Amino acid sequence: MANLATTFAGIKSPNPFWLASAPPTDKEINVVRAFEAGWGGVVWKTLGEAGPPVVNVNGPRYAALYSQDRRLIGFNNIELITDRPLEVNLAEITRVKRNWPDRAMIVSIMVPCDEQSWKAILPRVEDTGCDGIELNFGCPHGMSERGMGSAVGQVPEYIEMVTRWCKQYSKLPVIVKLTPNIADIKPPALAAQRGGADAVSLINTINSVMGVDLDSLLIYPNTGGTGSHGGYCGPAVKPIAQNMVAEIARTPQMATLPISGIGGITTWKDAAEFIALGCGNVQVCTAAMTYGFKIVQEMCDGLSNYMDEKGFADIEAFRGRAVPSIVNWNQLNLNHIEKAFINQEACIQCGRCHVVCEDTSHQAIMATKDGKRHFEVMDDECVGCNLCVSVCPVPECITMHALQPGEIDARTGQSVPAAYANWTTHPNNPARV
Amino acid sequence: MSKSPPLPEIQPDVRPGRLSACQYADNFSDAHPPLTAMQAAIEAERCYYCFDAPCITACPTGIDIPSFIRRIGEDNLRGAAKAILEANVFGGMCARVCPTEVLCEQACVRNTSEDKPVEIGMLQRHATDAYFAAPGAPLFTRAAATGKRIAVVGAGPAGLSCAHRAAMLGHEVTVFEARPKPGGLNEYGLATYKTTDDFAQQEIAWLLSIGGITIAYGQTLGEQITLADLSLKFDAVFLGLGLGGVNALGIAGESIGGVSNAVEFIAGLRQTTDYAALPVGRRVVVLGGGMTAVDAAVQSRKLGAEEVTIVYRRDQQRMPASTHEQEWAQLNGVTIRTWSVLAALGAHAGAVTSASFASVREVDGALQETGERWSLEADTVLKAIGQTLVLADPTLATLQLRGGRIVVDADGRTSLPTVWAGGDCTFGGKDLTVEAVEHGKIAAHAITRALIPSTPAFKRARRAA
Repeated sequence: MANLATTFAGIKSPNPFWLASAPPTDKEINVVRAFEAGWGGVVWKTLGEAGPPVVNVNGPRYAALYSQDRRLIGFNNIELITDRPLEVNLAEITRVKRNWPDRAMIVSIMVPCDEQSWKAILPRVEDTGCDGIELNFGCPHGMSERGMGSAVGQVPEYIEMVTRWCKQYSKLPVIVKLTPNIADIKPPALAAQRGGADAVSLINTINSVMGVDLDSLLIYPNTGGTGSHGGYCGPAVKPIAQNMVAEIARTPQMATLPISGIGGITTWKDAAEFIALGCGNVQVCTAAMTYGFKIVQEMCDGLSNYMDEKGFADIEAFRGRAVPSIVNWNQLNLNHIEKAFINQEACIQCGRCHVVCEDTSHQAIMATKDGKRHFEVMDDECVGCNLCVSVCPVPECITMHALQPGEIDARTGQSVPAAYANWTTHPNNPARV
Repeated sequence: MSKSPPLPEIQPDVRPGRLSACQYADNFSDAHPPLTAMQAAIEAERCYYCFDAPCITACPTGIDIPSFIRRIGEDNLRGAAKAILEANVFGGMCARVCPTEVLCEQACVRNTSEDKPVEIGMLQRHATDAYFAAPGAPLFTRAAATGKRIAVVGAGPAGLSCAHRAAMLGHEVTVFEARPKPGGLNEYGLATYKTTDDFAQQEIAWLLSIGGITIAYGQTLGEQITLADLSLKFDAVFLGLGLGGVNALGIAGESIGGVSNAVEFIAGLRQTTDYAALPVGRRVVVLGGGMTAVDAAVQSRKLGAEEVTIVYRRDQQRMPASTHEQEWAQLNGVTIRTWSVLAALGAHAGAVTSASFASVREVDGALQETGERWSLEADTVLKAIGQTLVLADPTLATLQLRGGRIVVDADGRTSLPTVWAGGDCTFGGKDLTVEAVEHGKIAAHAITRALIPSTPAFKRARRAA
């Protein structure tokens, strides 16, 4: 029976599923509901400094991107950090942690970028009895304009500086949350590490504009006629998050830096993928906002059954297992040849594979054979791009097959070499080794 | 005075082998083939994962339907099966026979805007089929032994559901079954085309694999065993007796050749290994309006009967068989006649040849003959006008009864403090398999609480986060 308990940056949690710092973790009433449903931990919605809190717009604050069957695949928010007084939040955090001692309670913080502001808030947060803090260097809207949020996250020097203050003025584990609105995630992550971070969490949300109302020709959504960019999240951002997680995980310097994975995690499979890419736990927001807190039960059940099936006793047993398989493009084996194959029994003859290959790829799929409607791959044109597999509506109808060394590639007339060779030694490469 | 020529002799046409082997195989194969993987994926995506889902409320066993459907969509079939079977240990059979159209699917929110509920029953079958094909490690384990011994009378869905839950709670269970095989109506009543490939027995074999349950066969209450005796020898008794008797027609000639009980016809059909060897009338009349009548009528057609007519005393709306079942009958070539009661049976040489009916109407709640008569030629007349609880056991007869069935409280307890009961033998409910399963489960928990007072109360497994 798989053990889902985790210890992340020294913080114990009964399972690897935390709620990310966001509307779902705004108040005691939300967080208690989350714990009752079974979440292993929460990151409390970002606290600001003492004094009058920020205010949010009175609607709308959210918008969704839908797939054709009206399934929510992307989500956007323009909510800010907590709009409740610091004292109220601190009292609630204290109470909830006391009532739920076995769950992880992390407090997210965002205060101005000066030492005094951090020195003032840290002891007050520590006094709640929480298990750790998360530094919010990621809000792409509302706070960045004030020199906080992603305005810090995009400047490695600031990240290092603030992280160092937090390690100096508090005994709590420090998790640094990174913004994806950046060209290369490694410098901010390295800066956090240099500053003494106990872990990093990523990604925060991505700058986005959801759409335009075609009747009014106004930005959608808008609050009384105008709207602003917001933070994009949900299933659509998962590949972006996964790339950034992988970048950190495969940088030797950061090989032992714990990573909390965030970005479109909706099912146990998503969580397992992040874990295989190096994450010690995961944080969820959009899925909870789409379906409610109960989904954590399906996540735990699915992950547990998967681990039992694979013989993984605990999360550490498979954490990071996929990382070695991620390399730079110029290290890919150019002697590995694949061709697509269409299973004629499963094929429903929609013809989508043909038209996309014909229009946008290599014209490698025939549409007729002996005068009849028939879709078949022509190996002498197929480059193995996987486009047909991606667009075919029937799972497993089209599959990719690797040619064996010695087989002739019909497209080139060449025999498939057994040896590995990549771009760095290719004759076409002017900079070849 | 001229003499009219003698009427031709009407010989009852009841014989086996009306169809080819191919046709029998076809007719009795799965009436509703299971979903393909792709159909299951698409259908599972249609579920909205409702809050406090109406389908859960509508399910007599409270299966967490959104959970299991979401797990199917997430390729967690084992988890889906667990969600089903922990609420309903007969989730496999129920997926095949539940009238979902009046239970969970009727409550689905997708009826409101689209008139197209999620196909919950088919998805439940998809998950349970996948699990039973490759069970892997046991889903359920027994709690620590309590030292308590429970007697269960009847190895039907109510009794075996009680037995499984009681075993899971740590008790030792002995089941006493009158017939040679377990299953009750699952084995002897449900139409073959609903449960092909010996599914009832395979499901029971899996159920018993939890351990702690022994079944003794050929044990009839009031004959080989008595309630008084069981109450002495065991810490508690659960009665899952079903309805072993059938209502009589109350008219002359009801015991002539060709006239029989629909339940016996169905039971014989379920146990046969060779459909071609079963005799069936060419013209069959089925009296009654419930599932039994429909099953007997449809299966007569599937054996090759040419004309099959169901005759019910009121209108189709009031037939106990659901609309779906009635449509199924009509789709299979069964005619449904309403507002008619049997007046007389015509016979020749000791065998039925015709049935004549009196048309009736309802006046102030009672049926009144209109004066019209009509008749059908019939080689076979099957009676499906209701079943009764057999009170052969002396102690059983002293229990509080209502409408001829055992009265129980919300926990399933009878008027005798150490005796619980569930399923068709109890008063109230719609005589559904799924209800019987719930009765057995609730009783097992209630028995545990009665025997071990420190046990916390059992809450119906519905997680509303």
